[in-house]
Amino acid sequence: MQYMLLIYGDPAAGPAPDSPEAAAEFGRWMAYSQEMAEVTVAGAPLEPVPTATTVRLRDGETLLSDGPFAETKEHLGGYYIIDVPDLDTALAWAAKAPNASYGSVEVRPVMQIPMEA
Amino acid sequence: MTSDHAIEAAFREEAPAVLATLIRQVGDFGLAEDALQDAFAAAVASWRRDGIPERPGAWITTIARRRAIDRLRRERGQADRIAALQRLSELDTRDDDPMDAPAVTDDQLRLIFTCCHPALAMEARVGLTLRALGGLTTAEVARALLVSEAAMARRLTRAKQKIAAAGIPYRVPDHDELPERLRGVLAVVYLVFNEGYAAASGDRLVRGELCGEAIRLGRLLVRLMPDDAETEGLLALMLLQDARRGARVDDHGAYVPLDAQDRSRWDAGRLAEGRTALDRALSRGTPGPYQLQAAIAALHCADTADWPQIAALYGELARVAPSPVVELNRAVAVMFAGGDGLAVLAPLLADARLADYQPLHAAHAEMLRRAGDRVGADIAYARAITLSGNAVERAELERRRAALAT
Repeated sequence: MQYMLLIYGDPAAGPAPDSPEAAAEFGRWMAYSQEMAEVTVAGAPLEPVPTATTVRLRDGETLLSDGPFAETKEHLGGYYIIDVPDLDTALAWAAKAPNASYGSVEVRPVMQIPMEA
Repeated sequence: MTSDHAIEAAFREEAPAVLATLIRQVGDFGLAEDALQDAFAAAVASWRRDGIPERPGAWITTIARRRAIDRLRRERGQADRIAALQRLSELDTRDDDPMDAPAVTDDQLRLIFTCCHPALAMEARVGLTLRALGGLTTAEVARALLVSEAAMARRLTRAKQKIAAAGIPYRVPDHDELPERLRGVLAVVYLVFNEGYAAASGDRLVRGELCGEAIRLGRLLVRLMPDDAETEGLLALMLLQDARRGARVDDHGAYVPLDAQDRSRWDAGRLAEGRTALDRALSRGTPGPYQLQAAIAALHCADTADWPQIAALYGELARVAPSPVVELNRAVAVMFAGGDGLAVLAPLLADARLADYQPLHAAHAEMLRRAGDRVGADIAYARAITLSGNAVERAELERRRAALAT
C-alpha cells in the first residue's frame, strides 16, 4: 500500500536558517531520506509558506490569495510517498522522521482507484 | 424443535471466534461481519428444524464462508475481491477442520490487536472490542456506553472503514512492539471494566454487565498470552474489585463505603479466583501497575486492612505509573495508616488541573472532618457535591455533609 507522509512543523520551532543547527537538521533529513529510499516512491521538501499562493475559482472568476489555504501554526513543509505492506510499517517510518520530535507527521493512505476487471 | 433462545445463545457463544477466523480468511472486517449475520439467519432456519449441531462453530464458519463467497460474487470486479474469492473457494473445497484450535487462538489475538489499534480513537477501540470480541450487538454496546444506537453504528462503521482503507494490519505485533501494544489492549479492557464499575453518569452505580464482559475478555487474554504477568495482574484486579460489587450499594440503592460493607455479600468465588490469579502473576517476578493495584485490592479484601502496607504499595505504584489519582489514593491510605494524609494531598489541591476533580474534594472533606475542621470540611463537601455526576454518590456526600452539624 502507498502512504503519504505529510511533514508538518512550526518554522519558529525549528533551527534558524544558516545556523549550525540548521546544517545538522539538514543532515538528519538526508540520512532519513536515504534510509527510507528503498520504499520511497516520491518525496520533496517545499519552499517555506510565504512563497505559497492559493487559487480558488468562484463564479467563473479566478481568485488568488497570498499564503497557504489555512493559517495554522504548523505548516506543511514537505512530503514523502512510500510503498509499504501496512499502516504499522508506515507509522514506524513516520516516527523516525526528524521533525516527529518537535512537529507532526500525518500519515494518509493513498487512495486506490479500483481497476476494471 | 429447538427454541430460538437456545439457538441465539449457542450462536453467540461461537460468534466471536468464528468472526476472528473469518476476518483473516475474507480479508475484510465488514464483509466478515455481514457474512456472519447471514449465517445467523441460516442457523435459525436450520437449527430450529434439526437442532443445534454437535460443533456449532464449525457449522457457522462453513456457512459464513459460503455466504461471503456469494457476496463477493455479487461484487465481482475489484482486483482484491477476486483474490479473496479464490482464497475462500479453495478453503471451501478442503475438508480440514474450520475450528482448528491453534489457528482459532491466533485469529482471536489478531482480532484483539486490530480492534485495539492505537490508530483508532479510544471510543472506537472500546466499541469494536465489545462488538467483535465480546459478541455484543451494536444496540447492546450503545446502551452500555450510554450513546445512541445510531451514533454507535456510525462509530463502528467509521472504524471498520479506517481499518480497511488505512491498511491497519490483521496480525499480532512483532516482538519489539508487542509489549507496548499489549499495554494498549489491557487499557481498553480495563476501561470497559471501569465503565461498568463506576458509571460516570446516570443513576446506576453499577453497570455490571460491562464488568462481567471485561472479566471474560481478561480471561481470554490470559489464555491467549499465558506468559504475561501484567495480563494476569489485570484479570486479578478486575476479579478482586468485582467481588465487592454487590456490596457497594445497599437494598435502597445507597452507596456503602468499603469499611461498612457486608462481607457476606462479597463474591467468594471471584475473590478466590482473583487471589489465585494475583499469586500466579506475582510469582513471575515482573511486577507492574496492574499487579500492584491487584495487590492493593487484595489487601482491601483482608479481614483487617493493612493500611501501612497499602500506603507503601501506592507509593510504589506512584513510582512506576505516576498520576494524581494514585497520589490521591496514597493520601487516603496514609491517613488511614495514621499518617498525615493532608500533607500528601496539599500538592494536588494546589494543582489547577484537578480543581474539578470530585474525588479529590470528597477526600479532602473527609480528612478535614477527621482533623476537626468542620468549616473547611463543609466547604470541601459542598464542592464535591457540585461536581458529582452520580446520584447515588451525591446522596452519600450530602449525608456526610449533613452529619458535620451533629
